[in-house]
Amino acid sequence: MQARRIIVIGAGHNGLTCAAYLARGGYDVVVVEASDHVGGAADTREFADGFRVSGCAHYVYQLNQQVVQELGLQQHGLEYSARDLSTIALSPGEQRVTIGPGGLSGPVTERDRSGHQEFTRLTERFAGLLSRYLNQAPPRLANGTRKDRLTLARLGWDIRRLGRDDMRELLRVGAINIYDVLNEFFDSDLVKGAISLDAVLGTHMGPRSPNSVLTYLYRLAGNGVPRPGALALPRGGMGGIAAALERAARAAGVEIRSGTAVGRITVSHDRVSGVELTDGERLEAGLVVSSADPRTTVLSLLGARHCETGFVRRIHNLRCRGNAAKLHLALDGPPDFPGVGAPDLRHRLIFAPDMDYAERAFNPAKYGEYSTEPVMEIALPSMSDPSLAPEGKHVLSAIVQYAPYQLKAGWDDGQKQAFLDVALATLATVAPGIRDQIVAGELLTPADIEARYRISGGHWHHGELSLDQFMFVRPVPGATQYALPVDGLFLCGAGAHPGGGITGTPGRIAAQVIVEGGAA
Amino acid sequence: MSVAGKPVSERVLRTAFYSRTSEANLLNKWHSWRGYTTADAYYDASIEYFACRNATGVFDLCPMTKYRITGPDALAYLDRLVTRDMTRIKPGRVAYAVWCNDAGKVIDDGTIFHLSQGEYRLCAYGRHLAWLLAATLGFDVSVEEETDEIAALAVQGPTSCAILKDMGLDGIENLKPFGLTHFDHGQLMVSRTGFTGDLGYELWVERRFAENLWDRLFEAGRLRGIRAMGGDALDMARIEAGFLQAEVDFLPADQVVRPGRARSPYELGLGWLVDLEKANFNGRRALAREKAEGSSVWQMVKLVIEGNKPADASYIYAGTRKQVGFVTSAMWSPVAKQNIALATVKAPYGNNESNLHAEIYYQRELHWSRVMARCEVVDKPFWDPPRRRATPPADY
Ligand SMILES: Cc1cc2nc3c(=O)[nH]c(=O)nc-3n(C[C@H](O)[C@H](O)[C@H](O)COP(=O)(O)OP(=O)(O)OC[C@H]3O[C@@H](n4cnc5c(N)ncnc54)[C@H](O)[C@@H]3O)c2cc1C
Repeated sequence: MQARRIIVIGAGHNGLTCAAYLARGGYDVVVVEASDHVGGAADTREFADGFRVSGCAHYVYQLNQQVVQELGLQQHGLEYSARDLSTIALSPGEQRVTIGPGGLSGPVTERDRSGHQEFTRLTERFAGLLSRYLNQAPPRLANGTRKDRLTLARLGWDIRRLGRDDMRELLRVGAINIYDVLNEFFDSDLVKGAISLDAVLGTHMGPRSPNSVLTYLYRLAGNGVPRPGALALPRGGMGGIAAALERAARAAGVEIRSGTAVGRITVSHDRVSGVELTDGERLEAGLVVSSADPRTTVLSLLGARHCETGFVRRIHNLRCRGNAAKLHLALDGPPDFPGVGAPDLRHRLIFAPDMDYAERAFNPAKYGEYSTEPVMEIALPSMSDPSLAPEGKHVLSAIVQYAPYQLKAGWDDGQKQAFLDVALATLATVAPGIRDQIVAGELLTPADIEARYRISGGHWHHGELSLDQFMFVRPVPGATQYALPVDGLFLCGAGAHPGGGITGTPGRIAAQVIVEGGAA
Repeated sequence: MSVAGKPVSERVLRTAFYSRTSEANLLNKWHSWRGYTTADAYYDASIEYFACRNATGVFDLCPMTKYRITGPDALAYLDRLVTRDMTRIKPGRVAYAVWCNDAGKVIDDGTIFHLSQGEYRLCAYGRHLAWLLAATLGFDVSVEEETDEIAALAVQGPTSCAILKDMGLDGIENLKPFGLTHFDHGQLMVSRTGFTGDLGYELWVERRFAENLWDRLFEAGRLRGIRAMGGDALDMARIEAGFLQAEVDFLPADQVVRPGRARSPYELGLGWLVDLEKANFNGRRALAREKAEGSSVWQMVKLVIEGNKPADASYIYAGTRKQVGFVTSAMWSPVAKQNIALATVKAPYGNNESNLHAEIYYQRELHWSRVMARCEVVDKPFWDPPRRRATPPADY
């Protein structure tokens, strides 16, 4: 057996990050990727002749800057076509409010302006506290080491140090929902709708769901540049990040084999011995690190036989049904969003005109139905990166919510077409002429995302980001420190701590845990 | 719930033999075993006990929870469920087994019958469907409860084999302990198993054949001292055999609330059922650790206690001052002519060097007395006659 050899399953951005760190840590690393290209849900795809778009994730706002620096991603070609973008909240009429680096602009009240300042101060403060704990292995609650206990004690101390008022406020808002919190700070429906969308994107939650403050803070807790949550578009689409990571990994000595799927993880005497590819080839290794989601890793690749019933049941019950669909349109010219000036089309456009609208959009998802009036996050990346479309033409990339993975009626062609019509009709309320500009398009439901990206349930975070699946208990008790019950097997993807989004953080911490643990 | 418009709090279930057991139950003494009306005793618990030790006692086993386990992965499923190596249990064989939770604590013990290639029946004192179904995740297997459909009788005692022969079960004398075989064109299954530690069999039929089976059996046994036997008598027999009773000698791990109250197989003296070498099974990692570290906290011991006062619920002391455990089952054993008990003690004290004593309280005409009685730790069952294993058994 090759003890220093590690196989990383999946060349998503976390798999690549982990592989690069492991190779730098002295391991001999092979990444096996099922798809013919790297990146996983951080890829760029050509969906129509000459039209390219980020296939899943399209905005960067949480990328771990330690990963960027330590792996030298800039030297490896990472570039942005736009940074520190604003958010423009759209109403069905022509009312627009811009939420930008300088604050709010548009038809808002004084209370909105001051509320925005205080809301930003408070949430950034809480997110700052959280971010420290999201950037290290979560402490174990039971059977912990001295280090775990110290981390827990420090967490308590950090919360205390917020001062009495902010500490009380953290404990209070943590327990309520974004809907109630935003009502305390703002008057403007547009502002509240847009911010509430940030709390629920990629989740099975509406603004009134408990836990929706945590998801909002999570978003801010990444390393947005220059400020928490600041939005950027990578040049060449999200695949640009993957390409830089790929180069960094190869430079560190990582071997990447794409176009080959792992069929199963092989185990002998309760220790991983490597993987078997779907074509039957076996690769031996002392350690296997999987960036596939926890369900896929445990139930499909490892097999229940190698785990205990209680653990398997927890993995099986992991909540990971996605609600975010992705809409890609090829447009034969720049679109017209009345009320948004042409130069502003490079910014992020949000359609969630008020929080009740967003909550109503969520309602059907509880019952396995899609929203007939969905919320949308719209990007026009070719506005800042002309390489993505033929000259003079444009691409639109939008997240359309809610499209539940387990649609009661099933995601057949009819249902998909119907939801596409809904999405286009919604789009037409803010860009009336857009239908006539469409030369090609595609809609990816969570079921399509599951099939294409091999993500269970097509879930943004590889598993809902909620208190029962967060920090100390992510993804489930028994796997919270990246190690799975079988010796030598680890998780390093979005399903592990701290969670999903384009961060690189789970990959980085997993590698640290492995290298520090001196495993193998 | 209501029956004919009248609200009822609990519906008492009747076993397939109720028409016969109710007639036999002169004392009208019953208890509920998972909802089934089960006789404590029919006429006199000690007479019933002596029937099973000297002739044959028949115990209505219907309430025993039974699961049918089938499907291509049935073997792999069971092998992952229980601690012993199920690949060694061939069709026609029965295995006593325990199953644990993830932490290596015993959920229950029971018997697994390998009925035919890939078809199994699991029998347990308690109900476990939720756990058994959870354990199916990732296996192509089906688990169905068949408690009510399958009627069963335990036929236990020295004359049991002869009675079954007289009943027409040709060749039954050749059935080895923990073997099973079929009669009556497959309608009757007989296994050489039981809870008395003596020669004995268990008979299994579909519910509709139950009464007929009872009648044939008692007709055949008339001259060989056959008697119906209730739960009290069976309990005496099983203590003598050193068999543990779930919910008495240990609590199922899924029922305990307080930390440290569940038991590992090692702590129950069932380490011989744990095969750490076989493929992964529930609790293996924890049990391997417990074994390697010697970190068992408790030890189940069989005690022979000085005197004749049953040590029910006694504290156990190392010496006479240091309290180290407690008795879970105790009795004066008529066959062993010994005062016996099953007790749980802290792990390092389960030996004779510890000079164990039981603090026994007893009553004489309302007045309580207390005695500190010396205990001897024994390895072997208190009652273990050679006929339990002899094949063919001697003809009584
Ligand atoms: C619709 C949608 C929109 C999103 N938008 C954003 C956004 O705008 N901004 C943001 O920050 N985040 C966004 N996210 C979240 C983000 O995309 C993910 O959380 C992140 O990409 C996960 O990265 P990962 O490396 O952990 O896993 P993945 O990217 O899922 O990578 C896992 C890799 O493993 C491979 N794999 C799986 N099984 C096997 C196997 N058996 N053999 C070999 N390889 C295998 C897969 O092919 C895949 O490449 C979005 C998610 C979705 C679904």
